[in-house]
Amino acid sequence: MEVLVVFLPLLAFLIAGSIALFGGPKATPSAAGHGHGHDHGHDHHAHGHDDHAHHDDAHDDGHDDHHAVAPPPTSGDRAAQFVTSGAVLLSAFLSWLLFFDVAVGGHPRTIELATWIRSGGLDVSWALRVDQLTAVMLVVVNTVSACVHVYSVGYMAEDPQKPRFMGYLSLFTFAMLMLVTADNLVQMFFGWEGVGLASYLLINFWYEKPSANAAAIKAFLVNRVGDFGFALGIFAIFVLTGSVQFDAIFAKAPTITGVTFHFLSWDFNGLTIACLLLFMGAMGKSAQLGLHTWLPDAMEGPTPVSALIHAATMVTAGVFMLCRLSPVFEYAPSALEIVAVVGGLTAFVAATIGFTQFDIKRVIAYSTMSQLGYMFFAVGVSAYGAAMFHLFTHAFFKALLFLGAGSVIHALHHEQDMRKMGGVWRKIPFTYAVMWIGNLALAGLPFFAGFYSKDMILEAAYASGSPVGRFAFALGIAAALLTAFYSWRLLFMTFHGKPRMEKSVYDHAHESPITMLIPLGVLALGALFAGIGFHQWFIGHDRAEFWGKAILALHEHDSIEAAHHHLPGWVGIAPLVVGLIGIAAAYIAYIQIPSLPATFARLFKGLHQFLYNKWYFDELYDALFVRPAKALGYGLWKSGDGALIDGVGPDGVAAATRDIAGRASRLQSGYVYHYAFAMVIGVVLLIAWLSVFG
Amino acid sequence: MASWPLLSFTTFLPLVGVALILLFCRGTSPDVVRNVRYIALWTTLVTFVLTLFIWINFDPRNPGYQLVEKAPWIPDFGITYHMGVDGISVLFVVLSGFLMPMCVLASWESVQMRVKEYMIAFLALETLMIGMFCALDFVLFYMFFEGVLIPMFLIIGIWGGGRRVYAAFKFFLYTLLGSVLMLLAILAMYYVAGTTDIPTITATQFPRNMQLWLWLAFFASFAVKVPMWPVHTWLPDAHVEAPTAGSVILAGVLLKMGGYGFLRFNIPILPEATEYFTPLIYTLSVIAVIYTSLVALAQEDMKKLIAYSSVAHMGFVTIGMFALNQQGIEGSVFQMLSHGVVSGALFLCVGVVYDRLHTREIARYGGLVKNMPKYAVIFLFMTMASVGLPGTAGFVGEFLVLLGVFRDNTWVAALAATGMVLGAAYALWLYRRVVYGKLVKPDVKAMFDLNAREVAIFVPLVAVVLWMGVYPSSFLNVTSASVEHLIQTYQTKLAASHAASGVSVAAR
Repeated sequence: MEVLVVFLPLLAFLIAGSIALFGGPKATPSAAGHGHGHDHGHDHHAHGHDDHAHHDDAHDDGHDDHHAVAPPPTSGDRAAQFVTSGAVLLSAFLSWLLFFDVAVGGHPRTIELATWIRSGGLDVSWALRVDQLTAVMLVVVNTVSACVHVYSVGYMAEDPQKPRFMGYLSLFTFAMLMLVTADNLVQMFFGWEGVGLASYLLINFWYEKPSANAAAIKAFLVNRVGDFGFALGIFAIFVLTGSVQFDAIFAKAPTITGVTFHFLSWDFNGLTIACLLLFMGAMGKSAQLGLHTWLPDAMEGPTPVSALIHAATMVTAGVFMLCRLSPVFEYAPSALEIVAVVGGLTAFVAATIGFTQFDIKRVIAYSTMSQLGYMFFAVGVSAYGAAMFHLFTHAFFKALLFLGAGSVIHALHHEQDMRKMGGVWRKIPFTYAVMWIGNLALAGLPFFAGFYSKDMILEAAYASGSPVGRFAFALGIAAALLTAFYSWRLLFMTFHGKPRMEKSVYDHAHESPITMLIPLGVLALGALFAGIGFHQWFIGHDRAEFWGKAILALHEHDSIEAAHHHLPGWVGIAPLVVGLIGIAAAYIAYIQIPSLPATFARLFKGLHQFLYNKWYFDELYDALFVRPAKALGYGLWKSGDGALIDGVGPDGVAAATRDIAGRASRLQSGYVYHYAFAMVIGVVLLIAWLSVFG
Repeated sequence: MASWPLLSFTTFLPLVGVALILLFCRGTSPDVVRNVRYIALWTTLVTFVLTLFIWINFDPRNPGYQLVEKAPWIPDFGITYHMGVDGISVLFVVLSGFLMPMCVLASWESVQMRVKEYMIAFLALETLMIGMFCALDFVLFYMFFEGVLIPMFLIIGIWGGGRRVYAAFKFFLYTLLGSVLMLLAILAMYYVAGTTDIPTITATQFPRNMQLWLWLAFFASFAVKVPMWPVHTWLPDAHVEAPTAGSVILAGVLLKMGGYGFLRFNIPILPEATEYFTPLIYTLSVIAVIYTSLVALAQEDMKKLIAYSSVAHMGFVTIGMFALNQQGIEGSVFQMLSHGVVSGALFLCVGVVYDRLHTREIARYGGLVKNMPKYAVIFLFMTMASVGLPGTAGFVGEFLVLLGVFRDNTWVAALAATGMVLGAAYALWLYRRVVYGKLVKPDVKAMFDLNAREVAIFVPLVAVVLWMGVYPSSFLNVTSASVEHLIQTYQTKLAASHAASGVSVAAR
């Protein structure tokens, strides 16, 4: 069963990939020709898909027929959609079975598949480790993935490259499953880079857009910077514990707490430096402050991709990794403190950026980054269960928000700018309702999913009693205020007020097809009940049995325990209070006095610019790394290789030789032969000489 | 041991193909040319099968030389015809055999001029390459090692691009210096050991001072071959001018001769000097990784970019082997094999578009994914293998090398690991400019996707890259015993000489 869960999506990817490449079963030859002939036009349409600046002239380029009549899906398209969605749905169903058996029933297991790399003391296997932590991730990944697969059937209906899209989604799902079922750090790295590849391909799905190309490369490279740390972390762990297999590492970790490790030119505590290096990998994948710049740009990808990869699953891989390695991190308290600080800062900074953005997807992207910050500082205060719980609930409500935003975008003729939305709630009531549910869950209103997980994180941060815990708590509360504000800003700007789009767009606004609404409904159920239904297991009194040995929090670090027992009353209420204040503020600023935001932006121009421009991270990195690397490369090529090495070396020697030989040497035409013969003669002479003189 | 001389048979079989071509293919009519191509293809295919036999007959548990053949050659001077393979060399023999049919196929349509001479050059090249990896006598080795240059010169110089003469001359100037020094070193060793037999010399202890000089002499030759920074500038020019198949062999096999030389000679024969010069190797290799990756970023010529990436990848190879532990050396051998396949495939990818548009300039392309989706998939796959994506061949070597050197020197590991980021940068940048973007240029629009012959070339390459990435044990198992033996030899000899010098110091 475990094998099926993981490899069904791979199989689906291979089938859909072959259909994309070879055309798959075609109903009739003429259908094939038809699809091909329209390729260019439809892609042009896809080009306008996410690019709001472009949508106006999409009609003017001679392909104006394809909006009215969507291309009939070929049987190849249908087959690809059916195979991929079917495989992932089946996988999701089996994952829930596994969840109840492994996590609820308490039967963790590991299945060895094959040897991967064996060299000296290094022994890496392909294996599927299905314990409680994995079981949670399996249901998250496969449930959201199944929803997104089905949703994509509707959302991508007008795209000519459906099999390719569905194939990439399944490839991503496979890589993510390999990541979460890894039994060693190297297989985790395999999944880690695999999801990176899938993310690259999906961001770049509309490959004709230069912005998508750039965003895809940026995502891959920034992640690689993180992976640089991840790889070194794996090496450090191997040197310290002699293994990369989880159980072996976990057994060894408590015995090497005091070991120092000479890294670069300094002596560090071994576990601390190893954990920090691994954390660097997590920062890249989970878009933590410093390595976060790729995530907003990744919104260039189609919206279902944003929901699946850049909200619900891949970006949470970093959180999963730290929870998986909790038996190591627990013995590296300094590393945990840094995790908490970075998480807290990320939660706050992302929220400040989020409330100045106008692109609906970017607002949600910054919200995702902010929520990931929460999960990280939960890990930082050893509240692993709470981090995983927030990962679990967040997956549902954030995927819901993204897919809901996709439904809005779909309804409004591919408009993403919230300044060009407004007043459409009557037109798309279902979408409107699920967006409310998603935002209520995100803001953490009582009984919605986020209420249980986010409150527990904040409480645990406070209850941990450490300075960094309090620091993270303060930032988390501030971020909660901003979260509620920007969430309702989004709701109000999108659905309320006067319609700000063109009249024709407003008139054509329509509710999405059923294939898109069903996944929204399923995720809305998740956003409603994932908190109330599961909190006893994840963070409540059953948590010890539920997590078993998958998570380790040392007794003195156990902040969830502390949060349950010793906590001032106001700490529990504070998140809710600031959430309500945020909603009220958004109501005042966007419904009651709509001129207020502009006034504020004018009054605090500097601050607004700073936030609107995302704290100038992109500009900073561009000036620090990107441009110098390019300039350096060019300089080294021309002056290093060209002038210096070649100038002094071969070209210089040649020039000198030419001077000496002067006009006597007219050998240019036959250089090659001459040298070749010189060499042969040399060898012959050598042997002759040896034979004669010895 | 096989009852018949398998190694010699494999080595010289391509010459049989040469003879057949010379005997039966006269004239330049299309029929004759076709026959030449088929003879070359069949010869290389049969040779490949024979190299597989060598692999099958090879016992991975035995760390020593196998399938050994020994016959007196110039007995007065202790020079013998001595052939044999161990775990380090056997896979290079297979690699050479594997790449050669691809080269013949890749030249099927693109080479129309002097086809007969071209195929003869390639077949002769194959004999020399395989012989070089099997030779266990220095004189024999030197003949093969230098002999390889002759057909390569001809291939670049006759069938090359516009600046082929400059490229060939540069290639020559660099290699000349190294070869002369290596020849001197071989002579010096002969005077001490009284033989040119490699296993015997490996067992000989050379005095420390002599080791340093010998090491430098070998280094001069192998560093150029690898190529290491700063003697790498011949490579981009040679690649750019060489025909596609020439680049494949150059990157796929010829560069490995340098790495193989370090492993076969510098490390086991001259351990004290190796210990002494390891920081030099580390420094040059780290510079190579970072410097050439940055330079690759700035390239506007597809082949030059891949050539520079080869220098960076070979930097990993030299780092790994001088880490002198199991992971480092095995990783380095693996990296050489995987680079042989992957960079060969990348050059073939360039060749595919070059055959259609006759330019290597990156800016002339763009949007190929639209009209060449199969090509885009293969090119992406090979790009990812070059980037070192786990699951492909590129990852295993890079990972083992970095792990190995991390155990020895974390600075080197950390600096070399920046190659992971830079390598992805130039590779994806290349891929984006060639394959993604809008398909607007009319001549690029007219390009057609891979034909059956090209698919037949790439499918085995993809299969091998996946195999090496998913189940590298098939390859690592072959090398591990010999690598272990190599490290043992190195350490025993090093300990012995340390002890000896300790004694002599005490005696004074």
